[in-house]
Amino acid sequence: MKNVLILISKRSIASLLTLFIVSVIIFIGVELLPGDVAETVLGQSATPETVEAFRKELKLDLPPHTRYVAWLKGFVHGDFGNSLANGRPVFELIGWRLSNTLFLAFTTSLIAIPLAICLGMLAALYRNSLFDKFISITTLSFISFPEFFIAYILIAIFSVQLGIFPSLAVIEKHMSFGAKIYAILLPSLTLTCVVTAHMMRQTRAAIINVLASAYIEMAEIKGINRLRIIVHHAFPNSLSPVINVIAVNIAYLIVGVVIVEVVFVYPGLGQLLVDSVAKRDLPVVQASGLIFSFIFIFLNLAADVLSMLSNPKLRQSEI
Amino acid sequence: MLRLLRQAPLSAKIGIAIVFLNIFAAIFAPIIAPYEETSIVGDVWEVFSGKFYLGTDHIGRDLFTRMMFGARNTIILAFITTFLSFLVGSTLGFIAAVKGSWTDNILSRIIDIIMAFPTLIFALMILSVMGSSVPTLIFTIAILDSTRVYRLSRAVAMDIEVMEFVEAARLRGEGLWWLMRHEILPNAMPPLMAEFGLRFCFVFLFIASLSFLGLGLQPPLADWGGMVRENAGAITFGIYTPLIPAGAIALLTVGVNLIVDWFLHLSSGLHE
Amino acid sequence: MKNLLEIKNLYIEAYYDEQWQPIVRNINLHLKRGEVLGLIGESGAGKSTIGLAAMGFTRQGCRLASGSINLDGTEIKDASAAELKAIRGSKIAYVAQSAAASFNPSHKVIKQYAEAPVHHGLMGYEEAEEEAIELYRRLFLPTPEKIGYRYPHELSGGQLQRSMVAMAMSCKPDIIVFDEPTTALDVTTQIEVLAAVKEITKKMNKAALYITHDLAVVAQVAHRIMVLRNGRLVEEGETCELLENPKEKYTRELLNVRSTRQEKNNSDEMGIILNIKKVSATYTGQENVLDDIDLVVSKGQTVALVGESGSGKSTLARVITGLLPATRGSVTFLGKELPLQLRKREKEDLRRMQMIYQMPDTALNPRQTVRKVIGRPIEFYFGIKGREKDEKIRELLEKIELDPDSYINRMTTELSGGEKQRICIARALAAEPELIICDEVTSALDQLVAEGLLDLLQDLQNKTNVSYLFITHDLATVKAIADKIVIMLKGRIVEQGEKAEVLSPPHHEYTDKLLASVPEMDPNWLDNLLASRASAFI
Repeated sequence: MKNVLILISKRSIASLLTLFIVSVIIFIGVELLPGDVAETVLGQSATPETVEAFRKELKLDLPPHTRYVAWLKGFVHGDFGNSLANGRPVFELIGWRLSNTLFLAFTTSLIAIPLAICLGMLAALYRNSLFDKFISITTLSFISFPEFFIAYILIAIFSVQLGIFPSLAVIEKHMSFGAKIYAILLPSLTLTCVVTAHMMRQTRAAIINVLASAYIEMAEIKGINRLRIIVHHAFPNSLSPVINVIAVNIAYLIVGVVIVEVVFVYPGLGQLLVDSVAKRDLPVVQASGLIFSFIFIFLNLAADVLSMLSNPKLRQSEI
Repeated sequence: MLRLLRQAPLSAKIGIAIVFLNIFAAIFAPIIAPYEETSIVGDVWEVFSGKFYLGTDHIGRDLFTRMMFGARNTIILAFITTFLSFLVGSTLGFIAAVKGSWTDNILSRIIDIIMAFPTLIFALMILSVMGSSVPTLIFTIAILDSTRVYRLSRAVAMDIEVMEFVEAARLRGEGLWWLMRHEILPNAMPPLMAEFGLRFCFVFLFIASLSFLGLGLQPPLADWGGMVRENAGAITFGIYTPLIPAGAIALLTVGVNLIVDWFLHLSSGLHE
Repeated sequence: MKNLLEIKNLYIEAYYDEQWQPIVRNINLHLKRGEVLGLIGESGAGKSTIGLAAMGFTRQGCRLASGSINLDGTEIKDASAAELKAIRGSKIAYVAQSAAASFNPSHKVIKQYAEAPVHHGLMGYEEAEEEAIELYRRLFLPTPEKIGYRYPHELSGGQLQRSMVAMAMSCKPDIIVFDEPTTALDVTTQIEVLAAVKEITKKMNKAALYITHDLAVVAQVAHRIMVLRNGRLVEEGETCELLENPKEKYTRELLNVRSTRQEKNNSDEMGIILNIKKVSATYTGQENVLDDIDLVVSKGQTVALVGESGSGKSTLARVITGLLPATRGSVTFLGKELPLQLRKREKEDLRRMQMIYQMPDTALNPRQTVRKVIGRPIEFYFGIKGREKDEKIRELLEKIELDPDSYINRMTTELSGGEKQRICIARALAAEPELIICDEVTSALDQLVAEGLLDLLQDLQNKTNVSYLFITHDLATVKAIADKIVIMLKGRIVEQGEKAEVLSPPHHEYTDKLLASVPEMDPNWLDNLLASRASAFI
């Protein structure tokens, strides 16, 4: 157990270090923008005076390392600077968007994760049956489809033909919880299709992989029935890959949903990032990039730690 | 080879047919297409007709023509990118596995850091800094994707590297090149080839997504992701034009995936 | 008395090369209460398949084709899945070869013991626990009250194997199928498990099928023996009768393998070629896996390095070849002190020391032809190419008694285990070495094949005067081929010397235990040994 703690702390320190390097890269990367930032952003209206003022605003007159430290310091205190596009504090812009993104991700995971695990177990249980083949072809298709294809098909069916769900996921601060859920139903459904397919295939594969073990044959020879073998003998030993794929998919739900947000014009962080990239709104790009990376690194860390802990070899009897 | 094809399951045959159809369209686009890639020949969003097989797009270009050229542009771009990604990723992965110790450590840490960025976000940021052009696009995606190839080829090579025939070659005094080229590569081919199909799908979808966001191939070049974006507004009027390029993307990736599935099944020794 | 198990005209088929082909042909077998039937044969003989078939179980890709399996009045072949489930575990139980793989790593040992009886509705969990502890005691497991509450990875190999024997007994079945239960164990642990098997079959009066490839082992436990080959019965008889009076040639071959080689008196006179002094090595940087090893190999000599798993004998080979640089000490080869690291050694030194491995499957690149495998060292060390190289390859193939014309273009995957190992020998010989390190080269092979290989190695030594450092755990092999014996335990050498000297008393205490643990063909050997050990304690 002590060894595991050491492993986990090593892994955590590595994550922190990675996060630091990532923040430096994001900072430098944005600095590397070809041409003078001020002139590019100001474009036609650039006069020597406005450029000078702009540089002051961005603190471009200070040396890079000072600016990096100031930026990071601000970040830790929740001060991300002001948007270049509209002058509002980045923190305000991002806070609301981030909560929307998390809301969508959370709702989707609540449906998708249990669904994927159950389907995965069932497919493993009825391996090579018609049910399994049907599930396999369906999930393969969902994985192969671009998200916007699924999204537009759902829109075509549910909002254009049937007219029961809105094609735009408009969400406002004052909306009730029920109304919010109704608004995000189609984007959530789109995402559910994508992540469930992925997680389910991995769960099935992980369980089938374990089913080849000698101890599964032993359980069969002991006369244990198949459902118990899958749930009791195979699943506990395939936890590690399953945990990993769940974490990857949660990460995807938070940082990878840009497309779905754009299709449904959902006010999430991803859409903000795409807009800001188009407008070259650097403080917003930097801040949202860093937040995304932070979430991503944290989820990867969580997955690694959990799958380390789920290794049966680590179990210890009390005696 | 022919016998193998004949014995392939229906799904694999469908996959092969889809892929061939796409390659055919990509190669012969200028010959098949009835119009020029970028010329405006009709009204906005005309419906299917003898004149316009798939109707027209949001500014009145022939959609069928655009589809053909789109296949050409997108598939070639995705193929070159995947190839580059494999060249870099698997070479580095093999070197890390064979050399071990600090070479492996340094390479793996660098890859870890690149992988710590969410892919799409990283691509968005690079493209926002560098601006979107074909070389930047290829280079960015190849680098990002090569990290996954690196991970896989390193893992595969590690599994092979512990086998005694590699140790025997080491004891003989063979160098890095021989070990990589003659001992490891031939044995790593099946998983790598399957992975090539999967990575191609991923890259293809990724480029389509970037184009969809307006950061991929730039207009007026035809490409499927961009065509979905340009025509997206139509869907709310009940016009399904954007579903055609989106469906084409879906079809090709399904096709490749079906072949990969069959291939994996074959190389796993026909058990299940 | 009525037969508990009766198998008649059994055919089992497997699906390969795109058709169903028989792997077990016309097997008839019967088993009475309290009787132990030994099934013996080499790999591919179909013995495990028969054992599993008795439980109505076939591995994937196999099927029961025809015949009947009657288990205490029930026809297994026609039984429904539900009936089979009810029978398995409760009427007939199974003990597998590898206990480490057969226990689910996620659950405690006693929980896995209780699973079958609780599942079959025979008793409650608490009752099963009590019975488990009682059985653990009878099977001589240490601290029987506690040991079940451990996870499988917390038990040693021998303990796990005995817990599995206990687990098989949990539903008090009528018949137990033992499938090579001691093959994966060291000789000294094998004794513990054999004693447990004996306890169950003799004192608890259970019927058993005992499957093994080792005649000496089966002689200890079985009343009757069936010798199988390629899915067919070769010979069947009472144990004593069969051992004393084998009728078939194949049985006689199995009994007669391992003819001891004649003594040679050339030892140190020919000069020392490998001299290892005070070598220590470690994997982790902390614990030494090798401690203060001194070892000498002379020209034309075979030095056998003997030890059980974990003794460090294979590590020593890695240190000599430079794969694992020693932390201390020196390796002198042909009068020249070698750098400890492989990559600092010269090509010529590498050429003169070759290695042959335990698993011929992994020792040959599956994507290469025989020509490439053998040809590469010729080209690499001597720069010989083209037709001249081909000539050399053919010569080598003849030396290892394989027909050049039919083998030179084959892929290595198209060879049998014994043929692969011969190709490995040819690859080593191609470098024209002075010393060949053989790491357990026969332990993955069937008995008769292994015997042929040892003869070949002997023959090659007589012709080329090459020296062997022969790493093995099998004392019978050692007796057959060694000039000198080195015995290792926990990274140290406990005893070394000329063969006759080491094998004749007085021994070192560990050598004594090791030698005494090697089963002999005498059916009373185990009983005598256990009796003498028991009396030693009193």
